[in-house]
Amino acid sequence: MSTTTIEPLVLPRANGEIDNTTDDPRYRPPLVTSELSFGDVTRAVANVAERPTTTIWKVAFAIALGFLGMLGYTLYKLFFTGVGVWGNNQPASWAFDIINFVFWVGIGHAGTLISAILFLFRQNWRTGINRFAEAMTIFAVICAAMFPGVHVGRPWLAYWLFPLPNQMQMWPQFRSPLLWDVFAVSTYASVSLLFWYIGMIPDLATLRDRAKSRAAQIGYGIFALGWTGSCRHWHRYERAYLLLSALATPLVLSVHSVVSFDFATSQLPGWHTTIFPPYFVAGAVFGGFAMVLLLAIPARQFFGLKDIITLRHIENMCKVMLATGLIVGYGYSMEFFVAWYSGSHYERFTFWNRAFGPYSWAFGIMVFCNVLSPQILWSKKMRKNLWVVMAVSFFVTIGMWFERFVIIVTSLTRDFLPSSWWMYKPTDIDLMMLAGSFGLFFTLFFLFVRYLPVVAIAEVKSVMPQAHIHPDEHDERSGDEHRSDYGPDEHHRHGNGNGAH
Amino acid sequence: MSTAIETYDTEVVGSDDVETPELIGLLAEFNDVDSVARAARTVRRAGFTRWDVHSPFPIHGIDYAMGIRPTRLPWIVLGAGLTGLSGGILLQWWTNAFDYPFFISGKPVWSLPANIPVIFELTILLSAFTTGLGMLALNGLPRWSNPLLKSDRFRQVTDDKFFIVIDATDKKFDEAATTKLLQEAGATAVERVED
Repeated sequence: MSTTTIEPLVLPRANGEIDNTTDDPRYRPPLVTSELSFGDVTRAVANVAERPTTTIWKVAFAIALGFLGMLGYTLYKLFFTGVGVWGNNQPASWAFDIINFVFWVGIGHAGTLISAILFLFRQNWRTGINRFAEAMTIFAVICAAMFPGVHVGRPWLAYWLFPLPNQMQMWPQFRSPLLWDVFAVSTYASVSLLFWYIGMIPDLATLRDRAKSRAAQIGYGIFALGWTGSCRHWHRYERAYLLLSALATPLVLSVHSVVSFDFATSQLPGWHTTIFPPYFVAGAVFGGFAMVLLLAIPARQFFGLKDIITLRHIENMCKVMLATGLIVGYGYSMEFFVAWYSGSHYERFTFWNRAFGPYSWAFGIMVFCNVLSPQILWSKKMRKNLWVVMAVSFFVTIGMWFERFVIIVTSLTRDFLPSSWWMYKPTDIDLMMLAGSFGLFFTLFFLFVRYLPVVAIAEVKSVMPQAHIHPDEHDERSGDEHRSDYGPDEHHRHGNGNGAH
Repeated sequence: MSTAIETYDTEVVGSDDVETPELIGLLAEFNDVDSVARAARTVRRAGFTRWDVHSPFPIHGIDYAMGIRPTRLPWIVLGAGLTGLSGGILLQWWTNAFDYPFFISGKPVWSLPANIPVIFELTILLSAFTTGLGMLALNGLPRWSNPLLKSDRFRQVTDDKFFIVIDATDKKFDEAATTKLLQEAGATAVERVED
């Protein structure tokens, strides 16, 4: 048998970027470029949290704080005046509050998808972006949870949402999708927070061990919980991470399904449809990846993380965005088809009204942003052009907000009886509250990039080629077990020594 | 018992003797994954039981070299999941069908399909928190005071160095002989861990 020599892979460079997006099946392109060592990875990531505060960060943080202040003002107006400060009316008794809720909770989905589902699929490229995306998830869910909390109008009674004994001796109605939502979103928020924190413990230990000041040592030290990188600890840690992924995967799919039940179980034309759960989940992942790209592209530029968040990461995210965007487009067309095919007079009118009625401009924005704009990502050249990717992500973020606006407002304002039709128009407080929720999101995000490890340092190291044990003659294992994607847990079958229990 | 390995006997750590630092183990440094894995096999073959490998990231295959048995964490999580499941059923049945029956749209007060989402969420919630907190508890964390962290050399474990720590309480431990073993196993430095 003749052996063919494969020339070593040389990655091309263009515009200061290393292009590791090759599809040549003979190579497994590196996930960390420039041949960084373990120490280089530590320094690159820890430097983001350790270097002195930059002016650009201060300016950006001040702007975010300004918007957060605006949110505070609108909440003050809302609590001391009542929900009348919003543009909600009859029949549009649900509007910006629920639109913003669904928008933010949807954005959160990309984080869990990257951390859990891609982990189960052994997509090692997730390690460069998962910390980012998980942080984004938590901040987005905080923004989301705020809206139903304040929508109750009397926020001091928000505890009625939970099954707590109270003076009325009544319990929540467990057969209502709105209560399912309370459980789904609060479970999602707390499990995401746990997942993020567990993943961060080893990296907090890195920052603790590098800290120069006493305050940083104590601060990071408390949250690192005394982590020493013991392999007996890593063993349980990895098993726990696998279990959390397996638990978070059905959870993330269930959350937006439950959110869609809020609409789908009602009898309103435009809402009463079985396609909602899968189409909402796809839309959530779509919008979430757009937000991850919007945050990750500037971050890798500013923080010098181009060798860790590489072009391949960006390209892969674009592919996920394109695929989920197509599912969303299919969802839109299927809704129209079923409205026509059902023969229901009201369904047909609702969708005709959606496309050509008074809110047709919003429908147009939605179709342009969510269906047309991602099509440019079919081209590999465009997926590697960061300006194009940023523009598409921006459009998708806008488009996904308008999708919820279209679904909620067009269906509510014109339902069965023309005598009860009315138009909906947001007030200034509505618009300020939406802008203010971005202030909350970015305030938290800027604090995260300033003080915490923005990339999962330990995980990135574990997917580098030098992280794997190479076989030697004394090693009695079969060659197959040395594959880099070989699961760690299979070894335990052979283990017979003293160990973890 | 194996738990003593990672928690280091409290009688040793909490010793009142401040005057003379007590030797609690030996720390050997390695520069790469292959050498620490080879050394781990050597230490295991030499019959040590109270020892550990420390690394900046999980090394796949080191569990085998060290002879670590699989953790029982998944069984604990299964128990928590079943508790969440039955808790979710009981909560909804007791509140809506028994304590204060809710009659809505003439539907039965107890109908399982409508109760599945909450049952599912509670199952996941309990399992996930048991996974996270159970992992920490089995690892003996949080443990904010650890003599290992006093060593400047050891603090590189979260950066790019690999260590083997052999506990002084191990039956096979002998300072001179164990130092020699670690040096011959390829350690770039061997240090006393004192408390």
